[in-house]
Amino acid sequence: MKYDVIIIGGGPAGLTTAIYCLRRELKVLMIAKALGGQAVIAHEIQNWPGIETIGGFELMQHFEQHAKSWGLEIKSSEAIAVEKSETGLTVRTNSDSYETESIILSFGLTPRDLGVPGEKEFIGRGVSYCATCDGPLFKDKTVAVIGGGNSALEAAEYLSRLAKKVYLVSNSCKSDADEATVKEVAKMKEVEALCGYLTTEIAGDNKVTGIKLKDADTAEVKELAIDGVFIEIGFMPKSGWLKGAVDMTDRGEIKTDRLCQTSAPGIFAAGDCTDLGYKQVVIAAGEGAKAALSAYKFIAAKRGLAYRPDYGEKIK
Amino acid sequence: MSEIIFTEGNFEAEALKGDMPVLVDFYADWCGPCKMQGPIIEELAKDMAGKSKVGKLNIDQNSAIAEKFGVMSIPTIILFKNGEVKKTFVGLQGKDGLKAELEKLM
Repeated sequence: MKYDVIIIGGGPAGLTTAIYCLRRELKVLMIAKALGGQAVIAHEIQNWPGIETIGGFELMQHFEQHAKSWGLEIKSSEAIAVEKSETGLTVRTNSDSYETESIILSFGLTPRDLGVPGEKEFIGRGVSYCATCDGPLFKDKTVAVIGGGNSALEAAEYLSRLAKKVYLVSNSCKSDADEATVKEVAKMKEVEALCGYLTTEIAGDNKVTGIKLKDADTAEVKELAIDGVFIEIGFMPKSGWLKGAVDMTDRGEIKTDRLCQTSAPGIFAAGDCTDLGYKQVVIAAGEGAKAALSAYKFIAAKRGLAYRPDYGEKIK
Repeated sequence: MSEIIFTEGNFEAEALKGDMPVLVDFYADWCGPCKMQGPIIEELAKDMAGKSKVGKLNIDQNSAIAEKFGVMSIPTIILFKNGEVKKTFVGLQGKDGLKAELEKLM
């Protein structure tokens, strides 16, 4: 059995792409651990046109139901490789492999690792990448937030309402965050900002007990005793598994053209995992639609069918 | 068999006794990724009916159990067999991977 399109990732881009592909009566499989993507974490979305305010989870449930109403087949798994096959393309997961004419990559972004000793060992034992998920588990404890951008400051602000003490550790003393947020966090007595420090190690026994910091100027090292560390240094695409299959930027974003085509014929990409500079639900959804139409056009050409766009004239 | 709702009241009997492998999804209502994990666990429970016990535990209402197993990030999924912890997953998990690990315990 061969699919027309395999969609990898189930956020706004992937679910929109699915709706467009299914409406074109393509045979579609979506491979995603779970549906909704990062948008699910957004407390409120106030820029999805047509709806003034909606919870991120609720909006994504609408996307999901919409795609499922067109009969979307979903495999709750993780793609680990994409290869050329004799007649098309193959997508592999740990347990299966699937044949397809085309692929749409829409797996979004994943929190960036700090890359220091102790980080991996203590994931779930005091190392966290989601303040709103795990914050309540650190009630009256001492925590550190690593990072200097909006997400780090927002995490610090949120955690200050729960934890006894919050250290906000950043490499640079120039914050990239919004001025309003910077001012607000500066006022909070529970938050102690430590800027100009590199985090060099996360220490612990069976759980986190401290972090080691190095002064960026003097190289002086100090240790903070903490119960938890929240790593908020941005997001990146988890695209290492695609190395060699499609061209990527040095940040691992998939290079695409205006029609969502990647460097590999038959492989398209949409949404936050691409090199498009804006990460928004509405943009991801629009890109997903484009990728679907491009995939449809690719399949039509392969089968010698005329591609009939929505707006009139036939394109050969 | 649908998913089991584990609580402090039934945890000993449902999760730690018996010889079937057991999967417990530690979650809370406030956590976005937990809401994504939820439907996956429900489906898995149906797939594994009669072969293993699959369900979830609300850490807000059953904090003593979450604490006992050192849950500091959610979702955390713990696999048990014969009352022992066999494997712990932190963060969102796909159904395939969980199913494969449960099958290894059978």
